[in-house]
Amino acid sequence: MNEKKTGTDRVKRGMAEMQKGGVIMDVVNAQQAKIAEAAGAVAVMALERVPADIRKAGGVARMADPRIVEEVMASVSIPVMAKARIGHIAEARVLEAMGVDYIDESEVLTPADEEFHLLKSSFTVPFVCGCRDLGEACRRIGEGAAMLRTKGEPGTGNIVEAVRHMRRVNAQIRKVCGMSDDELMVEAKNLGAPYQILLEIKRLGRLPVVNFAAGGVATPADAALMMELGADGVFVGSGIFKSENPEKFARAIVQATTHYRDYKLIAEISKGIGTPMHGLEISGLAVADRMQERGV
Amino acid sequence: MSGEGFVIGVLGLQGAVREHLKSLEKCGVRGIEVKSTAELEMVQGLIVPGGESTAIRRLLDTADMVAPLIRFCQSARPIFGTCAGLILMARKLTGGENHNLGLMNIEVARNSFGRQVDSFETDLNISGFSEPFPAVFIRAPHIASVGSGVEVLATYQNRIVMVREKHLLGCSFHPELTGDERVTRYFVRMVQQSLVKSSQA
Repeated sequence: MNEKKTGTDRVKRGMAEMQKGGVIMDVVNAQQAKIAEAAGAVAVMALERVPADIRKAGGVARMADPRIVEEVMASVSIPVMAKARIGHIAEARVLEAMGVDYIDESEVLTPADEEFHLLKSSFTVPFVCGCRDLGEACRRIGEGAAMLRTKGEPGTGNIVEAVRHMRRVNAQIRKVCGMSDDELMVEAKNLGAPYQILLEIKRLGRLPVVNFAAGGVATPADAALMMELGADGVFVGSGIFKSENPEKFARAIVQATTHYRDYKLIAEISKGIGTPMHGLEISGLAVADRMQERGV
Repeated sequence: MSGEGFVIGVLGLQGAVREHLKSLEKCGVRGIEVKSTAELEMVQGLIVPGGESTAIRRLLDTADMVAPLIRFCQSARPIFGTCAGLILMARKLTGGENHNLGLMNIEVARNSFGRQVDSFETDLNISGFSEPFPAVFIRAPHIASVGSGVEVLATYQNRIVMVREKHLLGCSFHPELTGDERVTRYFVRMVQQSLVKSSQA
């Protein structure tokens, strides 16, 4: 029998490759997970509260009750992701032991460690992490993240921060690709990025892992915008189940993500689906309420 | 090969589309993304990539592409399904799920090697290949049973993981993730042979 290797970079990153062009939806119970799956979600994120409710509730946000995660895992055949606090080794190990398919080391939860992230390469389960620029992206890849997403500003229904982060990462990638190898070392210093990962980005002409949009997607047109800007797919947190009609929003956002340049179609599927989640203006948020500042 | 003027499509609704297009390019074949029936009519062979089979099926429905795909298959144009693509091609899914298209005379069981932590890579022996192939299995299905006319090309731990039935090819793993183009080349030859046949007919 030939050797069988689990938890390799290829297996972890490959899992994220299979999610491309798809929508990953936040759910808080089995019923929502089933709605998401039926609408065509490629995965669900099982959590106790969606980001908009985490904002409202205040206090410390932690890993979800394992019973919720278990319930969601039992109810759908698509992959199930779950969130651990930044740097919370034990929460992440618990989720891994439960067999979740992907862990989001997420700034949506209250960080457990304000200095260090998880050494994700030491886990068998793959991780997704947020980033606002190429330095954050490369540090997370260096720690072993197999998938990235923009941080955006979770729970706001405001796309402006996700746009800022996606544009910034992609502009910085273009800059790196145009640099000579000897210039890259200084760029590595300036970005706070591992040199070897910048070399890999230059060789590939893109990030070595999939990069999704997250943090503010509330409408089908928001999803299409992020795909246009180069996202490999879309996370929708509060945008589905805080909208007036989650089933319709879920279906429409899935279609808009796939057919993101078919504007007639997007117009058609956006008709009469009800009111999107209520949005928040970013400048109205106190610095302490800006989740994107966590875990750089 | 590109001079021969045939095009292979990669169903581009969701999943590892870019990797298959790159693999085709490395084989010297023109590949295009297929997101509509009009694009399907432009290709002489089709790859249905890995992704989430339930999501791809939902998108096939909303794009009204199910009947055109079945007609594409009936016209004897080759189709190659990997992982989710294999699931969609199956005649039957174990456990009563019904998002498959019924193109190929096989029964497929989903997620049959476990969850993502159990996903793995291994060197796989494939019938007709002189060297083992680096196969990546991600939440992979396996072929639970085959009907008449289906040739088994590879098994792993007594589970069937690669099959061929006339102009149809399917595998549980992801040849597009490895940088080894032998499986893609195998499918390209199937498309070339189908073109020779149809020109003789």
